[in-house]
Amino acid sequence: MATESTYNYKVVRQFAIMTVVWGVVGMLVGVIIAAQLIWPDLTYGIPWLSYGRLRPLHTNAVIFAFGGCALFASSYYVVQRTSHARLFSDGLAAFTFWGWQAVIVLAAVTLPLGITTAKEYAELEWPIDILIALVWVAYAIVFFGTLAKRKVEHIYVANWFFGAFILTIAVLHIVNSAEVPVTFWKSYSAYAGAQDAMVQWWYGHNAVGFFLTAGFLGMMYYFVPKQAGRPVYSYRLSVVHFWALIFTYMWAGPHHLHYTALPDWAQSLGMIFSLILLAPSWGGMINGIMTLSGAWHKLRTDPILKFLIVSLSFYGMSTFEGPMMSIKTVNALSHYTDWTIGHVHSGALGWVGLVTMGSMYYLIPRLFGRTEMYSTRLINVHFWVSTIGIVLYIAAMWIAGVMQGLMWRAVGDDGTLTYSFVESVKATYPFYAIRLLGGLLYLSGMLIMFYNMVKTIAGNRAVDAAIPAPAAAAHA
Amino acid sequence: MDINDLRSLLTVLAFVSFVGIVWWAYAPSRRKRFERDAMLPFEETGVPDDEGARK
Repeated sequence: MATESTYNYKVVRQFAIMTVVWGVVGMLVGVIIAAQLIWPDLTYGIPWLSYGRLRPLHTNAVIFAFGGCALFASSYYVVQRTSHARLFSDGLAAFTFWGWQAVIVLAAVTLPLGITTAKEYAELEWPIDILIALVWVAYAIVFFGTLAKRKVEHIYVANWFFGAFILTIAVLHIVNSAEVPVTFWKSYSAYAGAQDAMVQWWYGHNAVGFFLTAGFLGMMYYFVPKQAGRPVYSYRLSVVHFWALIFTYMWAGPHHLHYTALPDWAQSLGMIFSLILLAPSWGGMINGIMTLSGAWHKLRTDPILKFLIVSLSFYGMSTFEGPMMSIKTVNALSHYTDWTIGHVHSGALGWVGLVTMGSMYYLIPRLFGRTEMYSTRLINVHFWVSTIGIVLYIAAMWIAGVMQGLMWRAVGDDGTLTYSFVESVKATYPFYAIRLLGGLLYLSGMLIMFYNMVKTIAGNRAVDAAIPAPAAAAHA
Repeated sequence: MDINDLRSLLTVLAFVSFVGIVWWAYAPSRRKRFERDAMLPFEETGVPDDEGARK
């Protein structure tokens, strides 16, 4: 079965299927915690199901399980197909799959038990951190090893983005996870005070920048041209896009720590670099969307293109909103409110979610010897259900967030606060209900995708595509 | 020399290399090669791939 004449699709299939499975799980947990904010007693006070423990489970499941599996699947697929070479090592690739699933299962067990480092998006305790590091090193070896044995001269731009994502996440994870173990399930950060906070948000924001942006831009640069049937709008812009992103993203983290004990100059630096980031972000978005230039009619009939192009629109929206929110005076209003939650989900549901779904709809049938999913109509239904869900979600959170910010800062003539905190909570109540509805719609879309995937796989044999003969690749 | 001079120097060097990259990418002499590179995802003869997109 495993020969040098075919691509290794097995590991791609495994990760692609688990993308959809973990998507359903992670979004379900999201819906549960959204409901808990409306009905706090929903889970009968069972500690393992309390909001504080389920919330990190939700973020870890959607980012690292759903998003992570999607990145593994698409990067392994793209690096093989654009290198005309089989994955560097089938064994190591299999290790990344089973290792990553083990990390996810360990997270799903330890987080509800309350085992956490309390660092946002890096909650997993030190034994799991070590497993993550091992899997990641194996991932890097497989990915860069495949690039090293490529049969074409050029390294396609999507692989540059995937490569940057893999390298950066390795550095971020290892530096931010430096911790002193006390017991098997408890450790303390190696850093202290404001430095700990700075390291954490250097990690946190670059996890957004490289895990949730660079990696998914890699998907965009392959799947948008493929689905549109035409090359990317400007390849030269993609080169500049890549380097602009690399040079600027690293410094944006301090905007998570405005008006804290972090030195003021560091806060301003974070704000300036966040504002500069608008340029590469929009350059990339324009490059992706303009790929359809001259073929806009395809958007009417092709729901996969709808997913991909609308995801880029959400990318453009949230990368405009982000720099605005990083401005200190705007942040004074937005920070700690639900506006932040709205912003994150415009990026996560709109950009990361939709681009993943579009890419998986392209990818999954091709791993089973077909070119189309079981039902194109269901893809269209999924698209509309999730888009309406996102709009409800983010609109509700914007209104709630701005309202909370205004209520918290309102003072009377004598300088006392106009509202108590709980009054702002009460006022948020209806918006939490709208948010829950949006989340339910988005989850329903994911269930439709799961059904469509099962029907696509059923009755079809797994197929490993042949690698083109060297002659075909000679010109590059 | 103060360590901060080195830090400033690094920022300047980063900026200069970025300008260099922009020049490299947009130089007219490289136009053709980048147009070719953009076609890389379409040079494949594998089993079911882009038939769906080509119609």
